[in-house]
Amino acid sequence: MVKVTYVAHDGTRTELDGDPGDSVMSLAIAQGIDGIVGECGGSMMCATCHCYVDEDWAETAGPRMDGEEDMLESAACEVTERSRLSCQIKLTEALDGLVVHLPEEQV
Amino acid sequence: MSSGHVVIVGAGQGGLQAAMSLRQEGHEGPITLVGGEPGLPYQRPPLSKAYLKTGEAEKLALRPESFFETKAITLRPGTWVDAIDRAAQQLRIGSETLDYDTLILATGTRNLRPPIPGVERALDLRTLEDARTLRAALDQPRRIAVIGGGFIGLEFAAVAAGLGHHVSIAEAAPRLMARAVSPAMSERFRALHEGLGTELHLGNGVTEVTERGLLLADSVEVHADLVLLAAGVRPNVELAQQAGLEVDNGVVVDAMLRTADPQIFALGDCAAFPEAVSGRRVRLESVQAATDHARSIAKTIVKGDVAPYAAVPWFWSDQHDFKLQIAGLAAPSDESVALDDGAVLRFRGDRLTAVETINNAKIHMKARRLLGGDAVPARDTLLQRNYDLTAA
Repeated sequence: MVKVTYVAHDGTRTELDGDPGDSVMSLAIAQGIDGIVGECGGSMMCATCHCYVDEDWAETAGPRMDGEEDMLESAACEVTERSRLSCQIKLTEALDGLVVHLPEEQV
Repeated sequence: MSSGHVVIVGAGQGGLQAAMSLRQEGHEGPITLVGGEPGLPYQRPPLSKAYLKTGEAEKLALRPESFFETKAITLRPGTWVDAIDRAAQQLRIGSETLDYDTLILATGTRNLRPPIPGVERALDLRTLEDARTLRAALDQPRRIAVIGGGFIGLEFAAVAAGLGHHVSIAEAAPRLMARAVSPAMSERFRALHEGLGTELHLGNGVTEVTERGLLLADSVEVHADLVLLAAGVRPNVELAQQAGLEVDNGVVVDAMLRTADPQIFALGDCAAFPEAVSGRRVRLESVQAATDHARSIAKTIVKGDVAPYAAVPWFWSDQHDFKLQIAGLAAPSDESVALDDGAVLRFRGDRLTAVETINNAKIHMKARRLLGGDAVPARDTLLQRNYDLTAA
């Protein structure tokens, strides 16, 4: 089990248990987290699973994948250095406890 | 405010998005989502890609069951609507009737089954059930023949070849994905698939599906113990047609995605709508059209006729290690300019209509933004910049 905490734009925190190999996006979708849309199903064709990795986890979550940066340019909300596409963050044991913050809008 | 009962016929990605967007826009009335297939609404794109490899059906659900309760969306899977009574604003479902204030048709498509002798021997790849059957058949080494060299046939072929099966493709058109991409792009995918060991029969239609495989127009026989039919789809328009709504390669809608009946909208694969730029009537088979249509219709229902539909179309196809991305919409006759970096720009006269790329998200996204902007640069302007979209 890998624990992930999603912090909605209004501050609401939801803690979910994922399996290694899940993505931060797919776990959110499977559990019905509102702030993540994931329209293309993780094919890196949209930017509707935008999240901000919590400062404490930025390093462990790793750098952006190839092409991720280009997709993020079309995100609905401000893109910061913590911005990631949550479909590209794959859960590992090392990410147990991960905290991500969700933007106000995805579309 | 909108407080009426919205009924959505079709629980694919577009139908579900319409329900979600209605709630997001603040629709307070009941929403019923009626789907013909069993189970929760699911993603179709992975059926010809990841699912064939992993078989993880549970990963396909678009939203969990609890979501529908939370959002007060009544999901009725495995339910077929028999007729629309427009005068009574009612659907007939078997012996039951269901009243609606607003109706959204999101009925999608079904596989086109051409009248080829023996075609009943061929499998389909459209629903999760189809994909399950197909995946189960891949449990032993096969000689596979695919009828149709479009997105679905090629995505399946790439996966099957990668799993070690022997694959042949028969395509009646002289090149792959002829409806969707430029000749230059078709050529690159021909080389990709041939490199994977796939046998291509182009410009060679299938005249019969036999016990031994395919018989082609030029009398060549393709041996196969598994045949996939991927020769395109037909929009599900019968409900609309029987209700007296106009149908022309899809349920005809206006720029607000509304049929001639003001209470009835249509979206996604089943809708024939006016393309914003050219005004020509098109029907698109894509996640993008389904979800963008859905959002637009939800907004119209809740807020009134604010803005006509004008989203830039985009498409993708994953085949082996090529991710094909298309921004915009080109007609097959549009001119092509192939650039050194691999991108292909399509033009109709002076106007940029589409940009095709492989594994180049930067150019793809740039093209999506350019085509969606107020001032799409003219061909001469682009030429002066050496067709460098990033400079535009």
